[in-house]
Amino acid sequence: MRKLTVLAAAAALGLGLAGCTTDPQPAAPGDATGPVTVKSTDTACEVARAETAAGTVTFTVSNSGAKVTEFYLYAAGDRVMGEVENIAPGLTRELKVELTAGTYETACKPGMIGKGIRGAFKVTGSAAPLTADAKLAEATASYQRYIRSQTAALLPKTEEFVAAVKAGDAEKAKALFPIARTYWERIEPVAEIFGDLDPKIDGRAEVIEEGMPFTGFHRLEQDLWEKKDISKSGPIADQLLVDVKEIVAKANAEKLSPLQLANGAKELLDEVASGKITGEEDRYSHTDLWDFAANVEGSKASVQALRPTLEERAPELVTALDTAFANVETALGKHRAGDGWKLHNQLTQAELKELSDVINALAEPISKVAAVVAK
Amino acid sequence: MISRRVALTAAGVGIAGVAGAAAVATAMMDNERSPASASPGDAVAFYGEHQAGIVTPAQDRLHFAAFDVITKDRAKLVEMLREWTAAAARMTQGRDAGLLGAVGGQAEAPPDDTGEALGLPASGLTLTVGFGRSLFRDAAGTDRFGIGESLPAALEALPHFPGDALRPEISDGDLCVQACANDPQVAVHAIRNLARIGFGTVSIRYSQLGFGRTSSTSREQATARNLMGFKDGTRNMKLEDTGLLREQLWARAEDGAAWMAGGSYLVSRRIRMTVETWDRTSLTEQEAIFGRDKGEGAPLGRAKEFDEPDFEAKGADGEPVIAKQAHIRLAHPDFNSGAHLLRRGYNFVDGTDGLGRLDAGLFFIAYQRDPRKQFVPVQRSLARADILNEYIRHVSSGLWACPPGVTDESDHWGRALFA
Repeated sequence: MRKLTVLAAAAALGLGLAGCTTDPQPAAPGDATGPVTVKSTDTACEVARAETAAGTVTFTVSNSGAKVTEFYLYAAGDRVMGEVENIAPGLTRELKVELTAGTYETACKPGMIGKGIRGAFKVTGSAAPLTADAKLAEATASYQRYIRSQTAALLPKTEEFVAAVKAGDAEKAKALFPIARTYWERIEPVAEIFGDLDPKIDGRAEVIEEGMPFTGFHRLEQDLWEKKDISKSGPIADQLLVDVKEIVAKANAEKLSPLQLANGAKELLDEVASGKITGEEDRYSHTDLWDFAANVEGSKASVQALRPTLEERAPELVTALDTAFANVETALGKHRAGDGWKLHNQLTQAELKELSDVINALAEPISKVAAVVAK
Repeated sequence: MISRRVALTAAGVGIAGVAGAAAVATAMMDNERSPASASPGDAVAFYGEHQAGIVTPAQDRLHFAAFDVITKDRAKLVEMLREWTAAAARMTQGRDAGLLGAVGGQAEAPPDDTGEALGLPASGLTLTVGFGRSLFRDAAGTDRFGIGESLPAALEALPHFPGDALRPEISDGDLCVQACANDPQVAVHAIRNLARIGFGTVSIRYSQLGFGRTSSTSREQATARNLMGFKDGTRNMKLEDTGLLREQLWARAEDGAAWMAGGSYLVSRRIRMTVETWDRTSLTEQEAIFGRDKGEGAPLGRAKEFDEPDFEAKGADGEPVIAKQAHIRLAHPDFNSGAHLLRRGYNFVDGTDGLGRLDAGLFFIAYQRDPRKQFVPVQRSLARADILNEYIRHVSSGLWACPPGVTDESDHWGRALFA
């Protein structure tokens, strides 16, 4: 029962974070040993101490590098326990995360790419062993944290994108388009819960045939890349921001069931298979690989949230999923270009087929997760 | 457990009864795999000395699929072949691909059978597996799965034939599965479920649907027609030609690859026909090109389909009745050192080609003991001289070593090869 209270409190915290990312929180009782300070530079990740007591642990992350950085705390299998994204140079941000005894990894990601600069992190203390149900409760709480972190980045990135469009700065808007979408694509199955908000934000030109106006990201994408005219795009941009704000609030208030997590993980890969491999999603900008990577990351986050349950009930499935995720990451990794990705139309048919094969290989075991969770 | 078979079988006959009957059929017909299907819905025995789908009387429909192996893990590949075998043993007997079935599993899980064959009988389904040269060694000669030494000499890459317009993306491959059935839905269901089982281990490279058999593999069957309107495969090796099958169809241990004893080599060719220009050709010319009359299928100058052609006969003009470049002459065993083939091809129409023409033709399938002595010389003589070449294009090619049959439940496809 205690877990459920924590969950509710966490949800409230999430709403606060979405609105104002630097809102200071009163110290939690478990905080006795004090915050763990983390200094991130472009080449190093200095964590003040590598051990702390179980409970609510606060990380104070400062960025003294020149690149925008991120800080992650991972449990086994790269399950995200907590993260702060988009820490601009010079800024300090806080991460609060509820931790039970065990071994974890800290990671700074200067430039916001790759696996990051890792360090071992140990949590000690007498946390009571979780029951099976508590594990699932923790899974949803863990995924809730993920949603919060993504929406916390989605909103400012959308604001920047919208501002660039309205300022008529096409180059800047084009650069921001795939980045803002990354945060969107990671959590899209959650967004899809809210009916017509998804097509308003992410609908493609076909929505016109369904009797809806063509708005959102892809309308702006068309204006930017195909029509090459954003002089009249202001109202569409404004509406996008309104819709994104609404979905951020809703997503953070929503409590997902473990089954929804499992299905969400599969749906994200379905998105990849049906929209990204084919180049349908970003047909004007061809930035489909950003969305591809984001979908896979989002799928992985759902699976990792469920990991403790899966390890207990179907360890061989966890092994299969780890291998399949690694294969996807390797295949996709070949198409990195700078901080981003190659364009869809720069890939050969053989390269697309390789991506399709690794996604199919991952999606089949992922389709078995829901049944394991429902056992 | 809900089963396709149970759904279809007359009330009162349970699974055990059907399985028992199938077992008896297997035992009785083990050697020659005689027609097990008296009616189009019946099951063909899966276990036996040879794989089903070769001398099995040709069913009406085809779904042929070629796969690339995408794992480097030999054990994973073998495990998949084991799973394929188990699924094939079930599906060919009219059961679901998985043990739980299309509707028998957990509600939250995707079913282990895709379900489109629910309520359909076995429909004579046969599943025949073949291994491509690239499974043994890749283009660089690397032994991919530790079976490089087992590469049969007969699996020598086919030469380039004059006029070949092969598209690499629909040619070759590491594995193939030939699914034949009397119901297209049953054939497609089988390939779809095998592909699904294979995700992460294999990936479909290309596949081909065929809607009408063009060959008869038993004397009980009438000779079917290809899309040029001619009977095709009159001279085919047939189930009943026991001696010929022994000499020219089944590979033997002494041929070089012991694991292939009782197997056969499959050549697949997708032959596109420009049927539109063919249809503007006069009947006389059409018949001269084939060397047979169109209606009966008799060799020119003879009366009946199965009459022996007289290649020496000359007409009033002094020219041979069967032209020097007629298809029947060029392909005839007498002019190819006695080489026979067991053909099992299917007509296809894959929609249209965007130029106002049907994308139609013949998916040629031929089984033999050694392609170097059979398909290659025959195709060489056809490719050089056959007037038919004006109307056809070979666009896809595959060569496959089809291992012997799966003997029982403890056996699986490729067991001897991967032993």
